[in-house]
Amino acid sequence: MAIVVTEACNGCRYTECVAVCPAGCFHADERMVYIDPATCIECRACIPVCPVQAIYDEEDLPGALSGWVEINATRAPLLPAVEEKLPPLKAGAA
Amino acid sequence: MRAPRVAIVGSGPSAFYAAEELLKAGVLVDMIERLPTPFGLVRSGVAPDHPKIKAITAAFEKILAAPGLAFYGNVEVGRDLDVRELAELYDGLVLACGASADAPLGIDGEELPGSLGAGAFVGWYNGHPDHRGLAVPLGAERAVVVGNGNVALDVARLLLSPPERLAATDIAADAAAALAASRVREVHLLGRRGPVQASFTPAELRELSRLEGIAVRVAPEDLELDPACQIELDMPHADNARKTMKLLCEIAAAPPRPAARRLHLHFRAVPAALLGRGAVEGIRIARTVLEGPPARRTASPTGETFDLACGLVVRSTGFRAPPLPGVPGDARSGRVPNRDGRVTLSGRVLPGLYVTGWMKRGPSGVIGTNRPCGQETARAVIADLAGRPVRSDPGFRLDALLAGRRIAFVDREGWRRIDACERALGAEAGKPRQKLVDPAALLAAARGRAEAAAVP
Ligand SMILES: Cc1cc2nc3c(=O)[nH]c(=O)nc-3n(C[C@H](O)[C@H](O)[C@H](O)COP(=O)(O)OP(=O)(O)OC[C@H]3O[C@@H](n4cnc5c(N)ncnc54)[C@H](O)[C@@H]3O)c2cc1C
Ligand SMILES: NC(=O)c1ccc[n+]([C@@H]2O[C@H](COP(=O)([O-])OP(=O)(O)OC[C@H]3O[C@@H](n4cnc5c(N)ncnc54)[C@H](OP(=O)(O)O)[C@@H]3O)[C@@H](O)[C@H]2O)c1
Repeated sequence: MAIVVTEACNGCRYTECVAVCPAGCFHADERMVYIDPATCIECRACIPVCPVQAIYDEEDLPGALSGWVEINATRAPLLPAVEEKLPPLKAGAA
Repeated sequence: MRAPRVAIVGSGPSAFYAAEELLKAGVLVDMIERLPTPFGLVRSGVAPDHPKIKAITAAFEKILAAPGLAFYGNVEVGRDLDVRELAELYDGLVLACGASADAPLGIDGEELPGSLGAGAFVGWYNGHPDHRGLAVPLGAERAVVVGNGNVALDVARLLLSPPERLAATDIAADAAAALAASRVREVHLLGRRGPVQASFTPAELRELSRLEGIAVRVAPEDLELDPACQIELDMPHADNARKTMKLLCEIAAAPPRPAARRLHLHFRAVPAALLGRGAVEGIRIARTVLEGPPARRTASPTGETFDLACGLVVRSTGFRAPPLPGVPGDARSGRVPNRDGRVTLSGRVLPGLYVTGWMKRGPSGVIGTNRPCGQETARAVIADLAGRPVRSDPGFRLDALLAGRRIAFVDREGWRRIDACERALGAEAGKPRQKLVDPAALLAAARGRAEAAAVP
């Protein structure tokens, strides 16, 4: 069962997740991050640290967000990996 | 300028994340590990039926391959080398020894055969050389696991798994054989507080609840919440508790199905004593009541008790860092006092001495938690080294020191040979690897000697 980043990250990109990811499986574009299911070890360390609850276990994914499984799997491998926290996009973010 | 040299003691996740950060800053790292094999609890803690998590070793292998890092396996600090001498020889010393000792419960009967700590039991099924040959009585139908964390669920799942579930894993061969012959069919898991305070994660409970041939049971009255627990459950950060509670309610509501293997979850239940003459024959369990405000609830015994017959009790109630000579310890919390990774004694920083991982934070957190932790410690080392002349002797080589003491260490190439040998043995048995558990076999394999294969 994949772990996926969803809509709530878009325009936010706090990247708390990146700091705790042991496997370096996060990739980013200018709007948000994505998880590469090929390198993710499914430890779920990232789920509770996301300040906007954007990350889900596929098991718990609300139906309306189900498209994000495919989006993560296809976008992540095309984008550069991020291993360090990035400045958040939202003004006033932590 | 000459590169500073730092020694890291331990080779678990926190050691690797600290090493990665130090290497990036141009620091040379000697990693010293008491076992012939690296990776700490990723090898000896993470359950054999969770291969995806174990795949994190691929990331550690990359760090291990870095030219600035040297691996010294089979070298124990406190026995072969001491902390004070290492602190003199290096520009910094990072302790990353984990917390391997099982915390005691402090109840009557705890010392009886048949009473085991989770660290020992887990080490046994994962092929940790310290726990090979552990006496695990599996002849009685019922076993009890104390604690409500993810380790407790690992222990319960391994005790209840039918042999074919574990056949294609890297479980230690002797444990696999013992578990295949096990008569245990019913495991009782005791949480001293309520379902809202359970510290296992919903994903692990869900996994158990879906296993073929294993029925999970919980009494509806154990899921009743008092007002303070209800408030705790509704708190913004209680996502995991809400998921767990939902799952537990589904489990309690499901029509009971007969199953050959059963897991009974108990809440507000704490062991009062282990019973038996000469060996564990049962456990006395005390009912508890929760007190205190939401998010800070504690359990106190009500005085009501009940007994369960069982032949094995595994306590999975946390770990402690064993004392290391020359290092301040806090016996109560089981970790080393520190400020951002700098070891302190009575509040004062001991220059040059650092700590990371479970030894720094205490025995909690997943593999990923060790990444920011190891980085924080490494950054403290780097900040303290900045602008100071490199002190370590450029001619010093740990190899030479160890050779002088006749300590046979396992280097990176030695580990590669052990790894290749274990994978080859595993391939024959249809497993990802067949772990070598005897130190002599591990050392023989490290030297590329064939007899290793004969004694797993
Ligand atoms: C049973 C169990 C299962 C777990 N499963 C998971 C899981 O599925 N997913 C997850 O994310 N997390 C899991 N964890 C948590 C994870 O393993 C820890 O967060 C992590 O291993 C802690 O890293 P560490 O570096 O502090 O310690 P450790 O991994 O314990 O490494 C310490 C290392 O130091 C060495 N050492 C100790 N003393 C000395 C000495 N004197 N000299 C030299 N070397 C020494 C040890 O041999 C060991 O290799 C589990 C933990 C346990 C106990
Ligand atoms: N699959 C995974 O991701 C995985 C697998 C294994 C381990 N891990 C991680 O490794 C860390 C360690 O796991 P853990 O299970 O050892 O720790 P844990 O989550 O801290 O659980 C310890 C349990 O022991 C109980 N306890 C402590 N003292 C007790 C006593 N005297 N009597 C009765 N119960 C007592 C605690 O109850 P109280 O809450 O009441 O104190 C708690 O339920 C955790 O962070 C865990 O998530 C992760």
